[in-house]
Amino acid sequence: MVILTCHPARLPRAAALWPMALLCVWVGLGQGCSRSPRPQEGVPFSRAGASSSPYPVIIREVAGPPEIATGLLDDKGQPVTVGCATCHSTKAPNAAARLGEPLRDFHQKLAGQHGSLSCLSCHDATDGYASLRLADGQRLPYQEVMKLCAQCHGPQYRDYLNGAHGGMIGHWDLTQGGRVRNNCIHCHDPHAPKYPTVTPAPGPRDRFLKEEGHERK
Amino acid sequence: MSESKSKLSLPVVGEVDRRTAIKAGVATLGLAAWAAAIKPWFEWTAELSTEEFLQKHYRELTPAQLQQVLQRLTEEAREATGKNVTVKDHKPIPGVQFAYALNLSICIGCRKCAEACHIENNHDRPSNQSYIRVFEMEKGGINFEKGNAHYHHAVPAKDKYYMPVQCQQCENPPCVTACPIEATWQESDGIVVVDYNWCIGCRYCEAACPYHARRFNWEKPQVPPEEINPNQSYLSNRLRPQGVMEKCTFCLHRTREGKLPACLEACPTGARVFGNVLDPDSEIRWVLENKRVFVLKEELGTKPRFYYFFDK
Repeated sequence: MVILTCHPARLPRAAALWPMALLCVWVGLGQGCSRSPRPQEGVPFSRAGASSSPYPVIIREVAGPPEIATGLLDDKGQPVTVGCATCHSTKAPNAAARLGEPLRDFHQKLAGQHGSLSCLSCHDATDGYASLRLADGQRLPYQEVMKLCAQCHGPQYRDYLNGAHGGMIGHWDLTQGGRVRNNCIHCHDPHAPKYPTVTPAPGPRDRFLKEEGHERK
Repeated sequence: MSESKSKLSLPVVGEVDRRTAIKAGVATLGLAAWAAAIKPWFEWTAELSTEEFLQKHYRELTPAQLQQVLQRLTEEAREATGKNVTVKDHKPIPGVQFAYALNLSICIGCRKCAEACHIENNHDRPSNQSYIRVFEMEKGGINFEKGNAHYHHAVPAKDKYYMPVQCQQCENPPCVTACPIEATWQESDGIVVVDYNWCIGCRYCEAACPYHARRFNWEKPQVPPEEINPNQSYLSNRLRPQGVMEKCTFCLHRTREGKLPACLEACPTGARVFGNVLDPDSEIRWVLENKRVFVLKEELGTKPRFYYFFDK
């Protein structure tokens, strides 16, 4: 479980993010914080500093690596799923396959729209696709996908670390309760990250605009 | 015989001349008009207990009186809804001033915030009331005259952006100044509240608000008992009587317990940032210090605590 035990780092440049992010994002509970609060005399705090904050900020976990449903059921009636390597180990990776182009052999239904990325931009073929791959070739578990996204989307990651991007529920005051935050891929499909078009919730029913579905020109 | 016939008169009132008949007629009409005029008062007193009628202003209640009032409101709400409603009194947290920021680059106009407000604050169901109004705006400027709050198509639409508007919790609130009876005021954490039991429904505050953030209860709000939010507070989401003003309270029944407002939790895109602006480590402070924020109708000098910003 990825826990932010402290208030996220505040940094001027995206380039400086990585060391701080690694300091601040800990795996496991009960870690200290790299960033001490800056109490000012005379300014009362509702929220004691991060280090003394008893409640954590939890980032929702993501599953992974993905399992593919075969459409079969086992003896107990549970769906049978297989790992990526089941199919991919028999086939050489295709570095030319790009998102947005129809795929011939695997994942034919996957229609993505994410720049000109290829499958191998993010997926690690050397590991039978059981991991993600950072730009420098490092393997990355699926659960830490945010690091992968942050390679290109620095400003969004900076905003995220500072609590200004991404949905959350819970407490603004961490001395009174915790907070649960979304991971990047809870809102953005990594293969087509643009937020989808949605039907809005019903609007106000004005006393003077009685007719339903009224829309002003 | 013919003489006595011409002097026929009613057996009870005796002989009535023209003047008396007119007087009686006018008196009857007057009585009827008066009865009609005071009829609402009887309907009103049927719903208004003596204690409620004699209740003092919220800020003049002693702690013991306040407890009695909360007890009475809780019992009344439980009786009316059959649900385990609790009406509490949430006081401002010392050293906290709330501020809200909304990222216009991220908002897609889905109205989930308005819907969450509607449910959280026990709003009138038939009018789909909410403290938040989302405007569909033309890209390229902030022109509310071209804004449309009544859209019904898929969002976000091409060449539009979306601007949710709710109470700006002004530091210099014109609505508070307009109230002739001090039924609305600003609390120490910046939230402008209404004492629903003191408000006379004159709607001056509604007219004074440049953001159209106040709502009037034209009818008694109707909420099905099973949909009632039982966590209520005197100054925020308790069931309002007919004929009083109401407004966004930054969900004080939640935020004064340290929780995030309902509209923020409902936002699927994470466009909303809320917190204590006096805490230099808060998210809201980071936004105010690092993003290009602006307020609505700055030239009016209302000093809103609600900020808007863009990513680029």
